[in-house]
Order: sequence, then C-alpha cells, then structure tokens
Amino acid sequence: MITAFLWLLRAAIILVVAWGTFKTLLSNPYTSRNWLDFIIFGIAQGSMYALIAIGYTLVYGVLKMINFAHGEFFMSGIFTATSALAIPLAASGFMDKHPLLSLLAIGLLSMLVSVGIALLTERIAYRPLRHAPRLMPLITAIGASFFWQYYFRGLFGSQVRPFPTVVALQGSIPFLNTTVLKTHVLVVVVTVLALVALNFFITKTRAGMAIRSVSENKDVAALMGINVDRAISMTFATGATMAGLAGLLYALVYGQVHFFMGFIPGIKAFTAAVLGGIGNIPGAAVGGLLLGLFESVGPSLFLQGLGIPAFNQLKDVIAFTMLVLVLIFRPQGIMGERLAEKKA
Amino acid sequence: MSKKAFSILALLVVTSLLLAACGAPAASGGADAPAAEGDVVVAAGDPIRIASALVISGPNTDLGLDSQHGVEIAIEFKGEIKGHAIELQAEDDGCSAEGGQAAGQKIVSDPSIVAVIGTSCSGSGVPMAQVVSDAGYVMVSPSNTAPSLTDPAQAWKPGYLRTAHNDKVQGAAMAEYAYSVLGLSTAAAIHDGDPYTEGLANAFRESFEALGGSVVAFTAVNVGDTDMRPVLTSIAASEGGAPAFLFFPVFTAECAHLATQALEVAGLENTVRGAADGCFSAASAEAIGDAAPGMYFSGPDLSFSGDVYNQFAAAYQSNFGTAPISVFHAHAFDATNMVFACIEEVSVEGADGSLTINRQAMRDCLYATSGFQGITGSLTCNEYGDCADPKIAVYEIVDGEYVSVWP
Repeated sequence: MITAFLWLLRAAIILVVAWGTFKTLLSNPYTSRNWLDFIIFGIAQGSMYALIAIGYTLVYGVLKMINFAHGEFFMSGIFTATSALAIPLAASGFMDKHPLLSLLAIGLLSMLVSVGIALLTERIAYRPLRHAPRLMPLITAIGASFFWQYYFRGLFGSQVRPFPTVVALQGSIPFLNTTVLKTHVLVVVVTVLALVALNFFITKTRAGMAIRSVSENKDVAALMGINVDRAISMTFATGATMAGLAGLLYALVYGQVHFFMGFIPGIKAFTAAVLGGIGNIPGAAVGGLLLGLFESVGPSLFLQGLGIPAFNQLKDVIAFTMLVLVLIFRPQGIMGERLAEKKA
Repeated sequence: MSKKAFSILALLVVTSLLLAACGAPAASGGADAPAAEGDVVVAAGDPIRIASALVISGPNTDLGLDSQHGVEIAIEFKGEIKGHAIELQAEDDGCSAEGGQAAGQKIVSDPSIVAVIGTSCSGSGVPMAQVVSDAGYVMVSPSNTAPSLTDPAQAWKPGYLRTAHNDKVQGAAMAEYAYSVLGLSTAAAIHDGDPYTEGLANAFRESFEALGGSVVAFTAVNVGDTDMRPVLTSIAASEGGAPAFLFFPVFTAECAHLATQALEVAGLENTVRGAADGCFSAASAEAIGDAAPGMYFSGPDLSFSGDVYNQFAAAYQSNFGTAPISVFHAHAFDATNMVFACIEEVSVEGADGSLTINRQAMRDCLYATSGFQGITGSLTCNEYGDCADPKIAVYEIVDGEYVSVWP
C-alpha cells in the first residue's frame, strides 16, 4: 500500500518536472547565454553551500549530531570581520591601496572568529551533553543558534552593514559566449582550493587521521591513545574554518551582512549535506553544488513552462522537492553509504 | 532525564503549541461587526496610556524607530491632557504578520490602553487590525500604505485608520514619473509577497499601463533571498524585451541586493531602477552604497514647513542626536496628535479627578476627523480610515542623502 503510494508520488513528481521542462524548452524564452548564466550563478551559490555543508557533515560524522548552530558560526566570523575590520579599513583608504592584504586580513579574522565561536559552543554547550540522549544536543544547538544571533546583534547592531566594495574585484571577464563576474570566479577558485586543502588535511595529517578514527569508533580510538576531546574540537574547528571562509565569499558576492544572515544559508547547507549523504565529505560538496544549481536553474527550467506566476519565488520549493526526490530513490543521499546497523 | 519525565515534557510542549496555534482573539463578543465597548477609566493622578506598535528590531528598525520618535515628541509637546500625564508603551511589530498578531494581543490584553499608534509595516497591520478591532480599540498607522488596509472588501476593520498615504497614490506617482518624466515605455515590477510590496507593485502596474506603457514582467522574490541574479536574468529575457524601468518596492535588505545586482545582469545595463518608501532610510542608503547613482525612490514629500515642523525638527535633533532617519516621523506625530485631540474631546472628568474615555466615542471621533492641521497637511478621514493628505515625491541618493528630484 505504502510502496504503491510512494511509486505514485515518484511518478507524479517526475511527470510534473518533465512536463514543465518540456513546455519551457518548447517555448524557449532564453538564449544559450541565459542558460549558461543560470548555471554559473548556481555554481557560485552552490560553492558557498558546499563550504558551509562540510561543517554539518564533519560534525555528524564524528558525533552523530546535527549542529544547528553552524549557520551562526558562518555569520559570526564575517559579521565581526566586516564590522570591526573591513569597514574601518575601507574608511581609512587602506583597502583601496592594498586590496589583497586587506582581504587576507579580513578572511583570516573571519575564520578565526568562526573557529573561536565553534570551539566555545562545543566546549560549553555540547561536551557536557555528549552522553545525553540524541535530542538534547539538537535542542541545545538550536538554543545556541539563537544565543549567538542576538549576542552579535548586541555587539554590532541590527543594521544591514554593507561590505566595502573591492575595486579590484569589480566587473567581469569574458567566458564562452557570456561574461562571468570576477567575484564568482574567485568563489569557485577559492572553494576548489579549500576542498583540496581539506582533503589533504583529512587524509594525510595526524589530526585528520585522529578525526577519522574517532568518527569510526570513539572508544577504540581512545584505547589507541587518541585524545578524543581534542579530535572533536578539531572537527568543529575545521568545519568552522570552512564556514568563516564561506562568509568572506558571501560578503564579496552579496555585499551586505547582518546578524540574521546565517539562518537561511545554514538551513540550505544542512539540506545540501543531507542531499549529498550526511557524514560524507565529497557528498557535502556535491550536494551543495547541486542545490545551488537547482535553485538557480530550477525555477526557469521546471516552472516557467507551467505558466506559474512569480515562479522565482518558488526556488526553495524546487530545491526541497529535489531533495525529497533524491531521498525517495536514495535514502542515504547521493554519495552516502547504506549503513547496516553496525554503527548505530 | 527519565523517559517518563521526558514524555510529560513533550506532551506539555505539544499542548502549548496547539493552544498557541488556536489562540483566539482575547475579549471578543463574537459578533459579526463588534461594536467598541466599554470605557477606559483613568484614576486621579494616573497617566493616560497609549501604545505604539512599530518595527524596532531587524533590518527595518530605522523605519519604526523614526516613527516612534515622532510619537515621543508628540507626547512631549502635549505634556498633559486634562491634568493627566501621557505614558507610552512601545511594542515591536516585527514587520511581519506574526509580529503584528503578537503585539496586538499584548496591547488589547491591557484595559488601560486608550489607542495604538501603529503598525509600521502593512504586513503586520493586517492581523493587528483584526485583533484591535475585535477588542474595540482604535489604531492609527503612520506608515501602512497597502491599498487593501482601507478597503472594506479586503483587510479594513472598524477602528483602523492611517495618516500615511494610500499606495494607489504612490504607485500612480512612480508610474507618472517613469513614463512621463523619464520617457520610459516598458517596465517590470518585483514584490516579495508582503501586502505592502504587492499592493504597491500592483498599483504601479495599473497606472503604468493606464498611461500607455507596457509591463513586460511582474514577479516576486522571497524575503531573505540574497541571490537575485536568476530572477533578474529572467526579467531581462522577458518576451517584451528587457524593461527600460525596473520597480521593486521591497524592504531594505532585498532592495539593496536587487539594486546592486541589477547593475551586473546582462541586458539590464541601461535599465533605470526604482524603489519606494520601504527602502527609504539611512540604513537603506548605506546598504545600497555605490549602486545608488541612476536609481530613484518614491516616498512621501518631506518638504514640510511651518513653525510646528521647525520645533519638531529641533526637538528630534536634540532628543535623538540625529536628523530624522526615515520618512514617517511627521505622519506619526500627526497620528498621535489626532488621537490626543479625540481624547480631549470625548473624555469625561469625574468629580474625584478621574477621567472616563468611552471606546466607541473615541472611534467615532477619529473617523469624524476633518480639516485637522498637521505637519503633513490637512487631514480628513474617510469612513474607511484614509486620513492622509497625500503628497508623493521622487528622490535620488546623492552622497548618502535622499534628495528630492520631482515634482
């Protein structure tokens, strides 16, 4: 009965998507350049989701908990770096003279604050609850999320703060038959470099090995002489570093920050992590990229042909429909492993 | 925590959620058209209490705080009514339907409050008008501009009035400016689903088409969206070609994203951008930053004059250390004074020095307001609470300041 219903649901979603796509392509309102633009926007947005999603996936892999405060780690870094460093630097004219140095400093501060907030949260809010039932850390994480939002609102105000314009990064460069914004190029390049560095860190260094062994089995890892607490802190720090970096890219592309900016990207990145297979690092990257693409290309491709008014408002619906669709076919996510009960 | 305690806790949480979800408006007779009932009795020596419900948190704080300053100055200038001081209870409307609902419930649960100045945002005004009306209170909004709020077929409820203009006027003014002054014949509009933004975008569309222009795209984004490039690319690829004018009457954050990203989207390089009074504050100007040149803003005409305004502006500067930070401070000042005029008119002094204010009389008095001389002009309320003397101007940002360019 339920299986039959699920099959019907799958068929219905696929039919609607296929019909919308068919109608859109039939009356194709867009040039190939437009489609390419949509894809580029999607890749840029998806890269940011990927960087944030890694934090969710790493922590889940080690602690089997969903850290809902992760969006706030992302916000805290760049909100602090913008308010306390970027705006004064721009006002003093230093930023125009040394854009690269300024951006490096802002990025470093952003990552440092994100890591600091992550370590504090882990130490104060999560560590005492490590052996509590699973729901407790989850609720605590939601509480921590609110706490940090309003803490930073208290520090830097509830205003939308503009990130200073970086003259060197303005404008765009030609690419195939369209142009790509320099900021978008930077986002993609930085994301790729960050992922390569992360891969090296996880697979080749001692700290990475400790993280992996703790995620495999905490008790055995402790018996082997691994400092479990330190490995877990390291996990949080790694995820927060990526989030702090994503914050800088976000500020460069969207040009404004405020205390509530972490909430929606946080939810979206969590979705991306689930889409790719929670606990799987390459999965987080793939999931982020796909989610960005769905949001950017989806409304025009699937919905426009159906004649839905204001279809761009439904981009979140598209993204989550795709998530449901993927999870119906692959409950473990795109790259997740189908775990037997051995780890539970 | 033991399993049992946990299930009890879970049960409690679920029940409280259910109760909150069914939260029926307090103190309502359940009649179809509830008449205002009861009296507010202010004991001898007690202050007369009014409430404000304006947006004083989040990205639109400037809008609400500016209006609240207007209310505070009106109270300061008035001093007292029939020997009673005046006290303000300042609430937050959150610029959302939930916020308006919550602030409304909180206010009507307090029987000592005579009237409400609020809300800032039309989206909060719709649910709050319902709550306030059911409880027999009155509210005068300094900045709700959605046409639906004074339309009895839509959101209007007895007891709701406003001193802000109706956006039918603002939409028409922006259409007039784009079509006749700038000579642009194609346009597109973007709203965010909120009653204010949708109402204004619709008013603009109707007027622009009536003038003879064509609206090639009419679409929406979500509050909280940051990546506007896909929607802008869709608009640039409209069947009628890329629009010459792009009107997005949304709030601060989305407005700034649209304003900056429209410059970078292929096909919109020569499109003139326009926004409205939801994007008209110091914070908006700061957020738009370098993208300001070539963008226009409609809003109430702020070229006020007269002795009262000069005193008002001086008081604003000395009390809050800044020039007005948004556009509805004067409307809030006028709204508060309209309420005071009616309290003076309908309140009855008792032998023991107490003051009795009948809620129905308060309502009747406010709707009967005619030729009230305020800073914003001569206010006359119609039967559905439109009291404004609407004058719309178009502005641009020069060096971070809004400068009037039309009329």
